[in-house]
Amino acid sequence: MTPDVPLIEVRGLRVGFHTSGGTVAAVDDVDFSVRTGETLAIVGESGSGKSVMSLSLLRLVPSAITSGEILFHGEDLLAKPAHAMRDIRGGRIGMIFQEPNTSLNPVQTIGDQIVEAIQLHEAVGKAAARARAVEVLELTGIPSPKARMRSYPHELSGGMRQRAMIAMALACRPELLIADEPTTALDVTVQAQILDLMRELKANSGAAIILITHDLGVVAEMADRVAVMYAGRIVEIAPVTDLFDGPEHPYTIGLLSSMPSIDGDSDTLTPIEGSMPDPLALPAGCRFQPRCPFAIKRCAVEAPPLETVRPGHLSACWRAPLLETLTRGGQQ
Amino acid sequence: MTSPNNATLLQVEGLSKKFSVAGRWPWQKRTLSAVNDISFSIAPGETLSLVGESGCGKSTAGRMLVGLTAPSAGRILFEGQDLSGQTASQQRAMRRRIQLIFQDPYGSLNPRMTVGELIAEPALLHGLADRRSANDRVAELLGLVGLAKRHAGRYPHEFSGGQRQRIGIARALAVEPRLIVCDEPVSALDVSVQAQIVNLLQSLQDRLGLSYLFISHGLSVVRHISHRVAVMYLGNIVEIGPKAAIFDQPSHPYTRALLAAAPVPRPGARQASVALAGDMPSPLDPPSGCRFHPRCPFAIERCRREIPALTPGGDGRLVACHRWQEIPAFQANAPGAQHAPKTTRLLALYRQAAANSNSRMSSN
Ligand SMILES: Nc1ncnc2c1ncn2[C@@H]1O[C@H](COP(=O)(O)OP(=O)(O)OP(=O)(O)O)[C@@H](O)[C@H]1O
Ligand SMILES: Nc1ncnc2c1ncn2[C@@H]1O[C@H](COP(=O)(O)OP(=O)(O)O)[C@@H](O)[C@H]1O
Ligand code: SF4
Ligand code: SF4
Ligand SMILES: [Mg+2]
Ligand SMILES: [Mg+2]
Repeated sequence: MTPDVPLIEVRGLRVGFHTSGGTVAAVDDVDFSVRTGETLAIVGESGSGKSVMSLSLLRLVPSAITSGEILFHGEDLLAKPAHAMRDIRGGRIGMIFQEPNTSLNPVQTIGDQIVEAIQLHEAVGKAAARARAVEVLELTGIPSPKARMRSYPHELSGGMRQRAMIAMALACRPELLIADEPTTALDVTVQAQILDLMRELKANSGAAIILITHDLGVVAEMADRVAVMYAGRIVEIAPVTDLFDGPEHPYTIGLLSSMPSIDGDSDTLTPIEGSMPDPLALPAGCRFQPRCPFAIKRCAVEAPPLETVRPGHLSACWRAPLLETLTRGGQQ
Repeated sequence: MTSPNNATLLQVEGLSKKFSVAGRWPWQKRTLSAVNDISFSIAPGETLSLVGESGCGKSTAGRMLVGLTAPSAGRILFEGQDLSGQTASQQRAMRRRIQLIFQDPYGSLNPRMTVGELIAEPALLHGLADRRSANDRVAELLGLVGLAKRHAGRYPHEFSGGQRQRIGIARALAVEPRLIVCDEPVSALDVSVQAQIVNLLQSLQDRLGLSYLFISHGLSVVRHISHRVAVMYLGNIVEIGPKAAIFDQPSHPYTRALLAAAPVPRPGARQASVALAGDMPSPLDPPSGCRFHPRCPFAIERCRREIPALTPGGDGRLVACHRWQEIPAFQANAPGAQHAPKTTRLLALYRQAAANSNSRMSSN
């Protein structure tokens, strides 16, 4: 595979749900791609569509109406038969969720679960699968991995369960790891351990990671590139330093201004006023317009497309490049 | 921010809580020391934060203050009076002055009551309003927390997480408390909503002179909102002091580890990993000596044997560590821990524009 061909490429992805109030598009026309060895972080507030989008990559959203293309090694996952998807899930594409309890079976030992996952995807004998299971548990830094093979999930702490889930996701040597808020439920100390672990594993295996989070601190530490989602759309996407050193979407700036300053010297925070729009009553024009302090007349009428501001840095805002526009004077 | 005055509103002395839990077999009883001999005070208008890993005893400490959990030992003095040595009715009157708000306001709000009823209830119960004055009081409280009068007729499920937290705060304010125990009040909220609630708590403190015990594991919010900070580990306070002392020059190895683990929103800004190994041990089997010794990079033989006492460490702090004076200085902020100049400009423009559009909105 040549390095320029993305490992996964998503084109025009739409994920809709029928609800009593009408059809909602939880993900609305999203494009992005991830290369081998790259970590793409997807950041946004709750309800912005991060989980639905990442689960839909594996066709794991029941009752969703999905359209667009999800090209994995150039082949459209949306066009594959169900059994082929079962092979890919947990095989070439691994998953880690926020709540380990939803993906670990409470009545089966950790070891049996990992062995089963390996044997489901590869024709290896029991002994070889067990050896591999111990090996991946050891990789995740779980103390005495052999003994832990015999533990049930409830016997482990939150951090250890998360490690066990990572071990399971890694057991089949995935090319892509999708991690949905893998550390949100953990203490900062354990979070730091898990993030270190993910970084190390990526460096050693060369796998790509799609990391979903709402924490800009985690993004800054982990990502190579960042996509910011708002109300079902990607509003900004950029290499991580470009995003933090020169954000080009007002929503991204709003997220930063809501956080206490890094050195702790701010007196008041500037929150983003209001709240996310109801997916059944999206504003016309730019979806961020009702909350945007930089909005101009055009924003209420026309939806801004996601366009290149600088090479590799895309923003969906009529006023990008922001600093140039805003300091040119004569607004509105 | 108002600076708190020196008088003491709340004084906690040697507070402990032991739970009796089932052991390996149901007939075996074991003692779990959730909170272990903690002491602190809170001045009027002051915010003291309690930080530490999950299970270290923060909520249990908070619940003892509001009377939801009975202490196993120790004293709670509120406005100079010992809460434990009082009659039930005296206690009820005192307890009203200490209120609690939770992480999940939804779980604590009766779904069948309207917001107006929910807010009026505590005031009626304590005789602070009658049926006739209740409506006005509800309107006033809704205004105070940034909700509108028309919200009074709606039910909790019609509100977002942030709005429900506002309802929880209005309910706590209804009985005119002087101290509010805030147990992870913003942990479940998105950053933008978190900022709205933090601003609300601070402005209420300024206007009403409230004191807060702010329980959180979000260090950046703690740094923003606190006057003083207490760090807990396995039921003990290991370091307590003014915010600046704790964040700029943490003395206790555990405080340092907590600060070092917090992610910073600037690529490359966090120090090379000083990640703390392992998990917090179970409070059923606390380690001997210094309870932090199995995870402490500076532990020596003495730490295994001797429990370190909280001792003054200069700049108003207390530290419980045998070695805090010998271990190398800790640099809390990496040099890169600031926004890039362009981002700083954009943030300033954003704040200015947000302030302008707010004043435009409130003037029409
Ligand atoms: N009613 C109870 N019976 C037995 N043990 C309890 C009880 N309540 C709390 N504990 C134990 O006491 C310890 C401290 O619990 P507490 O809820 O105060 O922790 P916390 O610091 O608030 O944690 P978190 O950050 O997860 O909220 C824990 O080990 C907990 O399991
Ligand atoms: N099964 C479903 N039926 C209808 N709406 C849904 C369903 N699942 C998610 N949604 C909606 O899709 C939007 C995005 O949700 P989600 O992806 O979970 O957000 P995030 O992960 O960013 O917090 C939300 O408005 C949510 O309410
Ligand atoms: S398009 Fe207009 S409303 Fe939307 S983010 Fe840009 S300036 Fe704000
Ligand atoms: S007393 Fe010893 S083990 Fe405890 S924190 Fe200090 S150096 Fe570490
Ligand atoms: Mg989600
Ligand atoms: Mg708690």
